[in-house]
Amino acid sequence: MIALLTRDLRLAFRAGGGFGLGLAFFLILAVLVPLGVGPDRTTLALIAPGILWVGALLACLLSLDRIFALDYEDGSLDLLATAPVPLEGVVSIKALAHWITTGVPLVLVSPVLGLLLSLPVPAYGWLLLSLTLGTPALSVIGTFGAALTVGLKRGGLLLSLLVLPLYIPTLVFGAEVVSRGAQGLAVGTPLALLAGITAGAVALLPFASAHVIRINLR
Amino acid sequence: MSLKVTDLSCARGGLPILEGVSFALEPGQALVLRGPNGCGKTTALRTIAGLQPALAGHIDSLPDTIAYAGHADGLKATLSVTENLNFWAAIYGTRGIDHALDRMNLRQLADRAAQNLSAGQKRRLGLARLMVTGRPVWVLDEPTVSLDAASVALFADVVRGHLAAGGMALMATHIDLGLPEARVLDLGPYKARLPEPSNGFDEAFL
Repeated sequence: MIALLTRDLRLAFRAGGGFGLGLAFFLILAVLVPLGVGPDRTTLALIAPGILWVGALLACLLSLDRIFALDYEDGSLDLLATAPVPLEGVVSIKALAHWITTGVPLVLVSPVLGLLLSLPVPAYGWLLLSLTLGTPALSVIGTFGAALTVGLKRGGLLLSLLVLPLYIPTLVFGAEVVSRGAQGLAVGTPLALLAGITAGAVALLPFASAHVIRINLR
Repeated sequence: MSLKVTDLSCARGGLPILEGVSFALEPGQALVLRGPNGCGKTTALRTIAGLQPALAGHIDSLPDTIAYAGHADGLKATLSVTENLNFWAAIYGTRGIDHALDRMNLRQLADRAAQNLSAGQKRRLGLARLMVTGRPVWVLDEPTVSLDAASVALFADVVRGHLAAGGMALMATHIDLGLPEARVLDLGPYKARLPEPSNGFDEAFL
């Protein structure tokens, strides 16, 4: 299991591994939005939580199709399915590797981008916390979508269509935490719901993903 | 410990393709599957390896004894030969890849990235992977594709060593490996008869 995680991370960081794709997208979005919307601080502060969360979500979506497609093409997925590691574990590790290479960098740069978008000061902590709690759900749900479309050529569009509706609750509650935090309101309810979605997704979806892969490999 | 296949039927793309295949492998034995293209060799091997369910019949083997090698080698282009082998050794929980490197003549290529290997060298690396699995039953789909004559002989030696150590090998191949002790099973006669198209359902609407 640890071998699989280190292999995936090593592959992601080597040339052509796709590390930084989501991060670059997130940076570009946060730089372009103030240029497009104009420098008015009150407008920017109003839309910043939503923009940051939408950006994080789309950045995650960008790298999803790589999770299984590469392993499927070179035959590793067949071999992993016949190896003595449970496929549920393989799927969880894949999601974890995706989160480490995509989610964690997004969380880490988000305060800097919040600055670009004139995010109100009290919201920074909630931005970090909500992204930390929410991005694992994005990776796990995305892994399920990638498992559904594994083996399809050019499955990227279908993958986005399948995954985006599943991302909406995370987006709604995540952005709600940040915008309520920015206004100094209580954030307990959306934060609990966000954490609940992540916990549920992490607990249940690996089983669904593994089953779907077994069917897709037939 | 043996592999026993009884009355196996399997399907490809939802259509039955093979039926009634039976054979048994005891330790030290090898079986070569033959047959024209499209007769279901790969489908049978994938079914036996557990990648797809059988339509009917039984596959009796102990769990976790089969190592499968398909058409693709499962190599990562940006990892070196050693890194690729070490990964599979870790997945199968075995130690030591030196033996496999030496036997498949990969020692000089050990530090080269898999993307810089020739097709035959990649195949040799894919076959070296079998040696680090430590599993007794090798299920091989066209193992000699893109290998030169010397490498085929090398591979035949490896299979012979595996059999001598009490292993088993089930292979689909078109060429003669130079393994006189291997039995041959022609899958041609086991072709599944397509079910008669029944018109009863349509007639109900006519």
